[in-house]
Amino acid sequence: MVLLTLLASWAAQAVEVVPFDRPPIDWHALAPELTLLAVGALVTLIDVVFLERGRAISPAVAGVGLLAVLVPIVTLAVDGVASNPRAAFGTSEVYIVDGYSLVLKALFIIIAYLVILMSTNYIAEGDYWESEYYGLLLSSVLGMLVMASARDLVTVFVALELLSIPAYLLATWRKRDLRSNEAGLKYYLNGVFASALMLYGMSLLFGASGTTILVEINAAIGSTASSTALITLGIVLVIVGFGFKVSAVPFHLWAPDTYEGAPTPITAFLAVAAKGAGFVALMNMVFVGFWSRADVYAPALWVLAALTMTVGNLTALRQNNLIRLMAYSGVAQAGFMLAALAVAGQSTDVAQRSASAIVTYLIIYAAMNLGAFTIILAVSRRTGSADIASFDGLFQWAPAMAVAMTLFLASLAGIPPLGGWYAKFSVFTALIEGDVWWAYVLAGLAAINTVIAFGYYGKLASRMWFEAAPTAFETNRLKIPFALQAALGITLIATVAFGVYPEMVTHFSDVDVPAALTAAP
Amino acid sequence: MYLVQFLLLSSVLFCIGVYGVLVRRNAVLVLMSIELILNAVNINFVAFGAYNRELGAAIPGEVFALFIIAVAAAEVGVGLAMVLTIYRNRKSIDIHEVDLLKG
Repeated sequence: MVLLTLLASWAAQAVEVVPFDRPPIDWHALAPELTLLAVGALVTLIDVVFLERGRAISPAVAGVGLLAVLVPIVTLAVDGVASNPRAAFGTSEVYIVDGYSLVLKALFIIIAYLVILMSTNYIAEGDYWESEYYGLLLSSVLGMLVMASARDLVTVFVALELLSIPAYLLATWRKRDLRSNEAGLKYYLNGVFASALMLYGMSLLFGASGTTILVEINAAIGSTASSTALITLGIVLVIVGFGFKVSAVPFHLWAPDTYEGAPTPITAFLAVAAKGAGFVALMNMVFVGFWSRADVYAPALWVLAALTMTVGNLTALRQNNLIRLMAYSGVAQAGFMLAALAVAGQSTDVAQRSASAIVTYLIIYAAMNLGAFTIILAVSRRTGSADIASFDGLFQWAPAMAVAMTLFLASLAGIPPLGGWYAKFSVFTALIEGDVWWAYVLAGLAAINTVIAFGYYGKLASRMWFEAAPTAFETNRLKIPFALQAALGITLIATVAFGVYPEMVTHFSDVDVPAALTAAP
Repeated sequence: MYLVQFLLLSSVLFCIGVYGVLVRRNAVLVLMSIELILNAVNINFVAFGAYNRELGAAIPGEVFALFIIAVAAAEVGVGLAMVLTIYRNRKSIDIHEVDLLKG
C-alpha cells in the first residue's frame, strides 16, 4: 500500500513537463577541448582507414594535433580570459574558463606531447597496438582539460572517469606480460573503489545542499549548521577519493606497483599528468566547493600532507628499483602540494598564495619528473631493467645521461639553482603565510623531509658517478633516438631555466584563485 | 517522504560493498561489490533528488544517477577485459595471487 502511494506520487511528478532551452554556448571557450576531440577522432579514423600503413604516422598526427590545441589556448589567453573569466554555457557556473584553468590546460597538453615523444620508439619497437594507444592517450588528456574547467560535481565526475578509464587500459598495455596485467588490475581496482567512495561523498553533499554546482554547494554548506555530520562525511569521502588519485598516504599502495608494471612512458604520464589532474580536482573542490568549511577540510588535508611527505620519503630510502624509487619520491612530492592546500583556508591572501604555489609546483614537477623518466627509458633500452644497480657507473658509458640525470635528481631534491628549489620555496612561503601553529609544524615537517630526500637522491647520483659499470651488458656509447633526445632537451632546459629564472613560471602560475564568476571567496 | 528509509538502505548497501571490496579474493566479486557501492550512490541521488524537489529545488539527482549508470557500465567493461586477460595468462582470477610486484 505504501509502495503504491509512493509510485502514484512519483507518477504525478513525472508528468510535469520541464521546458528546456539550450543555453548559449561559448564556442571559443570550448575550442581547446573540441580541437583535442577532433584530433583524437582523426587518430582513430587513420587507424580504421589505413590499418597497418597508418601506424607509422599516428604518433606524428597525435603530437602535431596536441600542439594545434595550444592555438585556441593562446587565442583565449590573448582575449584576456585571465582577468575576465568566461562561462562556456550561458551564465551557468558549471564550466568556467579562467586564467587558472587555461594554464593547467596548456600544462596538460605539453605533458602529453612529451609523453608522446617518449612513447614513439617504445611503442613502435614493442609488439603493441599503436593507434589505439595514441587515441586512448588523447582521450585521457581530454578528461584532464575538462577537469581544469569543471566547477560542478557531475562534470568533475565525468572528467575524472574520462581521464581514468583510458589510463587503466594504458597501464595494462603489455597484455602478455604478467607484471603489466598486475599493474593495470591494481590501478583499476584502487581507482574504481576510490571513485565509488568519492561518489558516495558527492551524493551526501548533494543531499546537504540540493545542488551539484560547486559555488552553490559552498553557499549551502557554509550557512546550514544543522547537518554537520552529513557535510563532514561528504567532504572527507570526496577528499579520500581524490587522495587515491594523487597517491596520498595511506591511499598510495597501488602507485609503486602500477608504476613498475606499466609501460614506462605511461608511468611518466600517470606520475605527472594523472596526479596533476587529481590536484586540479582537489583545488576546484577546496577553493570553490568547500571553501566555507575550512574547519572540515583543513585538518583532513593536514593529516594527509604530513603522512604523505614522511611515509613517502622514508619508504623511498629502501628501494632497489629506480621506478619504485621515483614512485615514492612522487608520493613525497605530492605531500608538499597537499601541505600548501591544507593551509589555503586561512584567508583569501593565503588561498591566493597557495593556489600559485601548487600550480608552480605542478609545472616544475612535470619538467623534472618527465626528464628523469626519459633518462630511465633511454638507459633501460640498453640495460633492459630499472634496477638501481643498472645505473652503476653510468658516467663511464653514457656521460651525457649521467650529467642530465644528476641535474634532475638535484632539482627533485630541491638544490638551487634548479627548478625544484623554487617549487619547494613557494610551498614554504605559502605555509609561512598561513601563520598558524599547525602551518609552522607542517613547514618543519617539510624541511625535515627535504633533508631525508637528499639521502636517496644523493645515493643514486653517487652510484652513477663512482661505481664500476656492471658487465651484464655492453657498455659502448649509448645511442638515443631523436624523439627521446627532444624530450630530454625540453625537460632539461625547462628544469634549469625555471630555477635560474623563476619568473618564467610565476608569470603563468600566479593565477587568481579558481573562483566563481560572481562570488570570489 | 520516506527519506530515512532510502538512506538506511543505501548505507547498508555501501557497507556491504566496502566489506566485499576489502575481503573478497575473486576479482569478479570485487567488481560486483564496487557495483553495490555505486548502486548505493544511485539510491542516494534519486532519494535526495525527490526529497529536494519537494523542498522546491530544481536540480534533479536522477540525472547524476543516469551519468553514474552509464559510466559504471564503461568501467566494468574495462575491468572485465582486464580480468579476462589475467585469466588467460595465469588461469586464475584470485587477486591475492597477483603479487609479482613488491618492495
